[in-house]
Amino acid sequence: MALNVAVIGSGNIGSDLMFKIFRNKNLKMIALVGIDPNSDGLARARKHDVAAIDTGIEGLLARQDLMDQIDLIFDATSAKAHAYNAPLIAKAGKFAVDLTPAAIGPYIIPPLNLKQHLEGNVTNVNMVTCGGQATIPIVGAISRVQPVAYGEIVATIASKSAGPGTRANIDEFTETTSKAIEEVGGAKRGKAIIILNPAEPPLIMRDTVHVLTETEPDQAAITASVQQMVADVQSYVPGYKLKSGPVFDGNRVSVFLEVTGAAHYLPAYAGNLDIMTAAAVRVAQEVYERRSALVGA
Amino acid sequence: MPKVRITDVSLRDGSHPVFHQFTLDQIVRIAGALDAAGVPVLEVAHGDGLAGSSIQYGFSKVPDLELIEAAAATIKQAKLAVLLLPGIGTIHDLKEAHKRGAKMARIATHCTEADISAQHIAAAKELGMETVGFLMMSHMLEPDALAAQAKLMESYGADLIYVVDSAGAQTMDMVHDRVTALRQALDAKTHVGFHAHNNLGLGVGNAVTAVKAGADNIDGACRGLGAGAGNAATEAIVATFNKMGWETGIDLYGVMDVAEDIIGGELGVTPIVNRPSLVLGYAGVYSSFLRHAENASKRFGVPAFKILEEVGRRKAVGGQEDLIIECAIELAAAQGAPAPELAAV
Repeated sequence: MALNVAVIGSGNIGSDLMFKIFRNKNLKMIALVGIDPNSDGLARARKHDVAAIDTGIEGLLARQDLMDQIDLIFDATSAKAHAYNAPLIAKAGKFAVDLTPAAIGPYIIPPLNLKQHLEGNVTNVNMVTCGGQATIPIVGAISRVQPVAYGEIVATIASKSAGPGTRANIDEFTETTSKAIEEVGGAKRGKAIIILNPAEPPLIMRDTVHVLTETEPDQAAITASVQQMVADVQSYVPGYKLKSGPVFDGNRVSVFLEVTGAAHYLPAYAGNLDIMTAAAVRVAQEVYERRSALVGA
Repeated sequence: MPKVRITDVSLRDGSHPVFHQFTLDQIVRIAGALDAAGVPVLEVAHGDGLAGSSIQYGFSKVPDLELIEAAAATIKQAKLAVLLLPGIGTIHDLKEAHKRGAKMARIATHCTEADISAQHIAAAKELGMETVGFLMMSHMLEPDALAAQAKLMESYGADLIYVVDSAGAQTMDMVHDRVTALRQALDAKTHVGFHAHNNLGLGVGNAVTAVKAGADNIDGACRGLGAGAGNAATEAIVATFNKMGWETGIDLYGVMDVAEDIIGGELGVTPIVNRPSLVLGYAGVYSSFLRHAENASKRFGVPAFKILEEVGRRKAVGGQEDLIIECAIELAAAQGAPAPELAAV
């Protein structure tokens, strides 16, 4: 039986998520929730026979018929809105996947710590940031080989792919990503930089990871670990690509990445959007698999 | 007699040519001498602004906040400014700089991305700082569109908006048109500034053009100490403005001493128009890329100007120093193949 899900937030991220959910046979899209009745996202939900609710989370909670079906709720609103939504989702007994920088639950980078967190009783997980999803797997790939003193990431995204929420809260990106580089990536100290580039045609998301290892880097082991990690991320983000590296210079290791979006909703340049929603769907898939295993047992 | 306020950026933009290796002693002596010469505003920070110290841009020898604190303790009349690029530094960094004596916040974005500065400009105003919007790489945007971005910064609370020629790519007409567009679009009480890079050899000339078009704030650096071929030299600006009859309140010989004795003499640095820095101006590439391209050139055996051309072709904006290594690796791999012709931007 499929896992029934709802998405709160009918902007770019929420709409892209909906299209990814349609493509996953183990997930069933029950409702898309927004606050603007004229939003493009809600119109698309109606077209696909998905309940389109334009009165926010209260509107969803009032629909007992839908709430009875829903197992998991994705929140693609804002940090402030998720702080309000999270206790309501918890009270309703649903699993929350938070795509905002609110970070009420633990940070999840699927290839690094998804299984570990879902083994516990966690019911709210946070997806860090787009730049975090693209780069922290690589920091982790190096720190599993040898201790990393410092991890720094630079995410360059097309201006067109940065929505008003990202633009108004750019410090949240740098602060949240830096913290997750340490907590999930395993670097002793983390730093994140984001750059918006307005070039036309829009550039594909680029990410650079620089780390300083504590001791001389084991080049062969790091190269193998990074290549394995790239393959792991590609299993849920097909457009994830190692462009160059690892390049070694003393204790410094640099890796250059590119993320092409699957173009489910926004065009292919918006790899930043794609990697966020793909990682969130990966979490839901894991929840589904665990539930199926329990039911099967 | 028109009055023009000069902001000396030797201790911020000048951080690029010295690879962010300023010592406390250098900061104290240069800030002290600039202050004594009557320079009204001086900027201190990593070349890429607060929290710029990184692998991407180069680590500072001394942390920003210590440099700011030392400069603040030294100066008597000058106002201390800091630069902040949203996406690199945060409001937290700005508050820390303010605690240590920064009185002016210059919030810099790429010229099309003013809306990422709203929170930082508002925060600076709330701290009681004079607040400046700094529209970088402004050669890439037409004058009216640039003025629309300036209006956004004004709406967030900026007191002064700069047209920043980060790539030193603007001719005098381009400067005239952009400064004029801002002057016409902005409220009369909002000031307009101009920040030059000398990559085409037009630094001081462009500063003059900007003032004629309505700018009343101009950036300079002693001996031009700044990224690329450097900024407009503060001492040359003062000398020229004196001859034009424009008042700066700066003692020409005082800033000449800093330029000659400390920067040229002790530091031994004189930014010049040469092949790579001219390519910056010609191709419209962010001036701070110069030193990184020179390093990559040594490491990967590709000429620096070729790397800069390639970075320009890929439409890089400020902050994308990582693209330099990537381009160098790819050029090294492709060496021998003829590069396509470069068009002026």
